[in-house]
Amino acid sequence: MKVGLFIPCYVDQFYPQVGIATLQLLEKFGCEVSYPAKQTCCGQPMANSGYEHLTHDCNRLFISNFSEYDYIVSPSGSCVLHIKDHLHDDKREVEATHVRTHIYELTEFLTDILKVENLEAHFPHRVGVHQSCHGQRGLHVAQMSELVAPPFSKPEKLLNMVTGLELVKLDRLDECCGFGGTFCVAEEAVSVRMGIDRVDDHVKNGTQILTGGDMSCLMHLEGVIRRRQLPIKVMHIAEILNSK
Amino acid sequence: MNHADAAEKFNKDFDRTTWHDETLWWVRQKRDRAAFAIPEWEALRETASQIKHNVLSELDNYLIEFEKNAQKNGITVHWAADAHEHNEIVLSILKSQGVTQMVKSKSMLTEECHLNPYLAENGVEVVDTDLGERIVQLAGEPPSHIVLPCIHWKKEEIGVLFHKHLGTPEGCADPILLTHAARENLREKFLTRRVAITGVNFAVAETGEFVVCTNEGNADMGAHLADVHIACMGIEKIIPKREHLGVFLRLLTRSATGQPITTYSSHFAKPRAGQEMHIVFVDNGRTTQLGREEFRNSLKCIRCGACMNTCPVYRRSGGHSYHNAVAGPIGAILAPNLDMTKNADLPFASTLCGSCSNVCPVKINIHEQLYEWRQVLTKSGHSPMAKTLSMKAMSAVLSNPAVYRLSGKIGRFTMANAPFVVNNSLNPWFKQREMPEPPKESFGEWYKKNRSE
Repeated sequence: MKVGLFIPCYVDQFYPQVGIATLQLLEKFGCEVSYPAKQTCCGQPMANSGYEHLTHDCNRLFISNFSEYDYIVSPSGSCVLHIKDHLHDDKREVEATHVRTHIYELTEFLTDILKVENLEAHFPHRVGVHQSCHGQRGLHVAQMSELVAPPFSKPEKLLNMVTGLELVKLDRLDECCGFGGTFCVAEEAVSVRMGIDRVDDHVKNGTQILTGGDMSCLMHLEGVIRRRQLPIKVMHIAEILNSK
Repeated sequence: MNHADAAEKFNKDFDRTTWHDETLWWVRQKRDRAAFAIPEWEALRETASQIKHNVLSELDNYLIEFEKNAQKNGITVHWAADAHEHNEIVLSILKSQGVTQMVKSKSMLTEECHLNPYLAENGVEVVDTDLGERIVQLAGEPPSHIVLPCIHWKKEEIGVLFHKHLGTPEGCADPILLTHAARENLREKFLTRRVAITGVNFAVAETGEFVVCTNEGNADMGAHLADVHIACMGIEKIIPKREHLGVFLRLLTRSATGQPITTYSSHFAKPRAGQEMHIVFVDNGRTTQLGREEFRNSLKCIRCGACMNTCPVYRRSGGHSYHNAVAGPIGAILAPNLDMTKNADLPFASTLCGSCSNVCPVKINIHEQLYEWRQVLTKSGHSPMAKTLSMKAMSAVLSNPAVYRLSGKIGRFTMANAPFVVNNSLNPWFKQREMPEPPKESFGEWYKKNRSE
C-alpha cells in the first residue's frame, strides 16, 4: 500500500515531531510511506477567508504531489476536510477526484483502513482530548453531541489501546476551541476567550496532557496555556499513539 | 461597529461573558435533554427540512392557496414587497381605525422592518407585551436574541429598570415580583388598546389559518381583547397542511428552550363577530434569497434560536454584536442578503465549527452557507484591500515550494533569533497567546536527512 504523507505547512514548520510520529506510526503498520518534497499547503487559509478563487495554484500543486498514491494520510482533520470538500482542477479533475476520495485523517486511516486493534504503546498519563470540529463534524471521526445518535470516537478508540493512559472526561465534550483559521486574529477577543474556556475545562477535570488530531487547534490552545503558565502539556495524538 | 470590535468590547467584562456563555449553554443543554428524549428526533428534522424544501419550491402556489382560504374565512390579506411597504400597510390600518396606541406580541419580522421606530415617528405608541421584549423596549434597546430578547440582562438590572419605569421598590430583584409588576402594567394596556399586532409562526395553506406560539399567552390576550388583529409574517412561514404542524410544533420549542411545546400554540382561523383580522405578507428580500441557489435553504428557518444557543461565538459576543434584527449564525447568513456592505463582517464572525447546522431543526447547512457568503462577499469587492493583498502574497508563497521552504526557514530563524519581530503588539496572536517555539529544522529538512537516499 503506497501512502503519500501530507504534512500541513504549519506542522512542517513548527511541529516536525508530529510529522515524524505520523511517519513512524504508518511505517510500523507496514505502509510504504513517502513524503513528496514539493508539498506546501492545502489552501484552506485563503479559502476560509473568502479567497477560494486564489487556491487554484495550490490545488494544482497538491494534485501533482499526491495523485499517484493509493492513500494520502495527514495528521490534521481540518486540512483533510478542506481537500475533501474543495480540491478541484478543470484540467485534472479525474486525479483531483482520486485525491479527494483517498485522503484520510490519521486516526480514521488507522481505524478504518488499517483496522488497527492493537498499538503496543504505553503512556502513563491523564489525557484530555480536544475534539476538533472539522475532524468531528466534517469527517465524522467522532459523534457530535448535537445529534441524537449513538456515540463513537475513533481517536478515543485508539487512545484506549494505549496502556497506562487514562482519558479525562470533560464538561463540554466537543465545544470549538476558537482557532478557526484567520478567525484567531480577525476575531482575536472571542478566539482567545474560547481558548481560555476550553483550557479551563481541562484544568478543572485534571488533564495532564492535552491532545487532539488537529495541531492548529492545539497550537492555539498551547499559546493560551503557555501565556497563562498552566501545568498542561500539549501533544498531538500521533505522538501518544507512537509512544513506547 | 463591526462584529469583531463589538465582540472585543463585550469581552472586556470577563465575568459577564462567563455568565452570558453559561446561561445560553444551559439552554443548549435543555435542548439536548428534550431532543434526546425523542428517539425519532433526526427523522423529524429530516421530515421538517423536506416539507420546507417543498414549500420553497412551491411558494407561490401555497401563498395563493392561503390567500384564497383566508379570504374565505374573512381575513383581509395584504402583500408588502419590502419593510417600508409593510410599515405603511400597518399604519394605514391604524389610521383607518383612528388609533394612536396599540399592543404588539413578539414578532421578529416587525423588528426586521423596524416597525416600532416607524410608528413612533408617525405618532403611534407601541407597547411590546412579551416580557423580554417589554424589558428591552423600556431600556431602549433592540432584542439580543430572537427567542430570549433580554437574555443579556441580569435580574438585578431589570429591577433597576422596573423601579425607574414601573415603580417597583428600589433594590427589588425578585423575578416573581418583577413579573407581577410587568403583568399589572400590561393588563391596563391589554384592556384599553383596540389594535393588536402578533407575529406568525406557521400559516397553513390548506385552511387559511395561522398559528402563533407564545409562552406567556400575550399574543392571545392582545388579539382576543382588540377590535383589530394584525398578523405580520414573512412569506416563507407558510406550510402546506395542518398535519405538518405535528412535525414543526414538536421541533420548535424543544429546539428553542427544551420545552416539549409552547404553553400557547394558538390557531387563528377567522375574526370573531365584530372583529377585523388582517394578515400582512412580507417579502423584504426573501424572493432574492430564494433565487440564490446556495442560500435559499436559509429560508427554511423557523426562528427557534437553537443555532445561537449552541454558537460558541454568539455566547461570547452577545446578540447586539451582530448589528442585525436576527443575530447569531442564522442572522449571519440572512443579513448579507439584506445589505452586503453593512453586513459583510457577519459571515466571518464564525469558526465554521458546524454546531449550528447540526442543532438546526430544519437542517439548514448554516456553516456551509457562511463559507459561501465569504466567497460571494470577497468576489463582489466587500473585502478590505489589505486583506486581499496579504491573501495574494500568501497564495504566491504557498503555491511555490522553493519560496515556501525559504520563507519558512527565514521565519523560524527570525522567531528564534529576533523574537521581538513577531512578539509585539502588532501581532494579534501574541496579545494573549504565546507564539509556537520555532524548531531547529522543519519536518521536510528532517525527512531529507533521515529518509531520502
